[in-house]
Amino acid sequence: MSFLVGKSLSGGYGGPDILKGCNIEVDKGEVAVIVGPNGAGKSTAMKAFLGMLQMTGGSITLGGEDIIHLTPQERVRQGIGFVPQTHNVFTGMSVEENLEMGAFIRDDDIADTIEEIYELFPILKQKRLQAAGELSGGQRQQVAVGRAMMTRPSVLMLDEPTAGVSPIVMDELFDRILEVKSKGVAVLMVEQNARQALEIADKGYVLVMGENRFTGTGQELLSDADVRKSFLGG
Amino acid sequence: MPELIDLLNALVLMTNYVILPALTYGSQLALGALGVTLVFAILRFSNFAHGDTMAFGAMATILVTWWFQSMGVSFGPLPTALLALPLGIAVTALFVLGTDKFVYKHYRGIGAKPITIVMVSVGVMFIMNGLVRFIIGPSDQRFADGVRFIFKAREFKEWSGLSEGLALRSSQVITIVIAVALVAALFWFLQKTKTGKAMRAFSDNENLALLSGIDPDKIVRITWILAAILATVAGVLYGLDKSFKPFVYFQLLLPIFAAAIVGGLGKPIGAIAGGFVIAFSEVAITYVYKKFLIYLLPTDMEPDSLVQLLATEYKFAVSFVILVLVLLVKPTGLFKGKVV
Repeated sequence: MSFLVGKSLSGGYGGPDILKGCNIEVDKGEVAVIVGPNGAGKSTAMKAFLGMLQMTGGSITLGGEDIIHLTPQERVRQGIGFVPQTHNVFTGMSVEENLEMGAFIRDDDIADTIEEIYELFPILKQKRLQAAGELSGGQRQQVAVGRAMMTRPSVLMLDEPTAGVSPIVMDELFDRILEVKSKGVAVLMVEQNARQALEIADKGYVLVMGENRFTGTGQELLSDADVRKSFLGG
Repeated sequence: MPELIDLLNALVLMTNYVILPALTYGSQLALGALGVTLVFAILRFSNFAHGDTMAFGAMATILVTWWFQSMGVSFGPLPTALLALPLGIAVTALFVLGTDKFVYKHYRGIGAKPITIVMVSVGVMFIMNGLVRFIIGPSDQRFADGVRFIFKAREFKEWSGLSEGLALRSSQVITIVIAVALVAALFWFLQKTKTGKAMRAFSDNENLALLSGIDPDKIVRITWILAAILATVAGVLYGLDKSFKPFVYFQLLLPIFAAAIVGGLGKPIGAIAGGFVIAFSEVAITYVYKKFLIYLLPTDMEPDSLVQLLATEYKFAVSFVILVLVLLVKPTGLFKGKVV
């Protein structure tokens, strides 16, 4: 069984269910990507894992433990790191303060983790005293990922990390995400840039209308004629 | 050209009647505006009860001062009120935390709009206003003791040989020293401590702060305690410098809000700058320049009138006009604060 498992997830925002029994899982050292058309419930699935959704059914386990009744904050303590799509940095605070706030729940020494983040994102070390709001879009995303990494999470969830950044920056971000994965972190992300994301994905999930449509390795989905025709533009 | 002695006299006159009073008043306004801006940054509403929190804090401190005086406790040359200040702050902090628990918390819980909470704070303001007048009475209270002057105008004249005197009151020095120390401590707290940074993070991006595991209840509590400290100190310093009259504190609300908005709401550094902008404008515009000009101008150009731009009775109009101008021309204020 994988490290993070969501089984027959159902739920929504109080109205009708948006997720209708979908299954998503990711193991340590893997990248799983959720793709699909607008309104498919991709971000909603992510919210289910984070505990920001009213669940009507299904189960979520982290390392074999049921976490479905935990609040988002408790799940962060259990080892889930989350990078929201927007408003994901403290714009008025310096890069280093952003990282410190990421580690807010830790009481031990965080200097080593900050160094690790700087090794992963060297540009952040240069800009460490600059306000995060003054950085470029790509650098800001690096701060956002770095902030979420400060709790040393076992699962890192990213909601469209490459939205609104240039293709070059997107490639760089994906490279960094692969590095995060190589540290043994389970990476789960929602992506609009489906083709590029599936290329680095160990697992791919195509969601449609809150249900699994296709599931497979990234390469399988990329070579599947139906997936290519419907979701990757041929 | 005026002679050197005239220049010096003009300078002393200016220092005595404009610069020193405005520095003192500006420090008091800055402390008040800091409290308003802090509550705005974290709790996201304009706290109309802040002026009356200052009155409440000053009242609590005065009561403790009287109690100390009745027991024969004194602080040597310094006012006993400074000794009573920590207790006054504690009482005020408890009261303010109580208002949060019984009033504001409910409205936060139901996700009330900021304007609703502002109206709630107006209600709290009236309650506090009434409470203070009920407990200590509406009239003037003098509670300053200790040494009143560092040096008097006459002593300065004898020492310098100038015809203009310069008096330095201890309340002025106490105000400025305490304000500088308190502001330094506050900035150190906000910039360097984990809790202070968490407060800034909460103000910057509430959702991300929650996601990072920052406890919102603790942030709210600390904000109220800081607001109580700032309000009580500002209220006591104002009372020591002028006198304590509950209604005057209610009137201080306008210059305090003007200061916070001129500096940029939600920006601590702006609140301080705003406090001095308002104080210097108010004092400079209501000052009578006749004597000052007599020193500087040739004899045949001496003014006949008082050369006062605005009578002191209208001093609140100054803050009001500045407030309106800022909102029209640069609503974010000097330091890019939030727009209400």
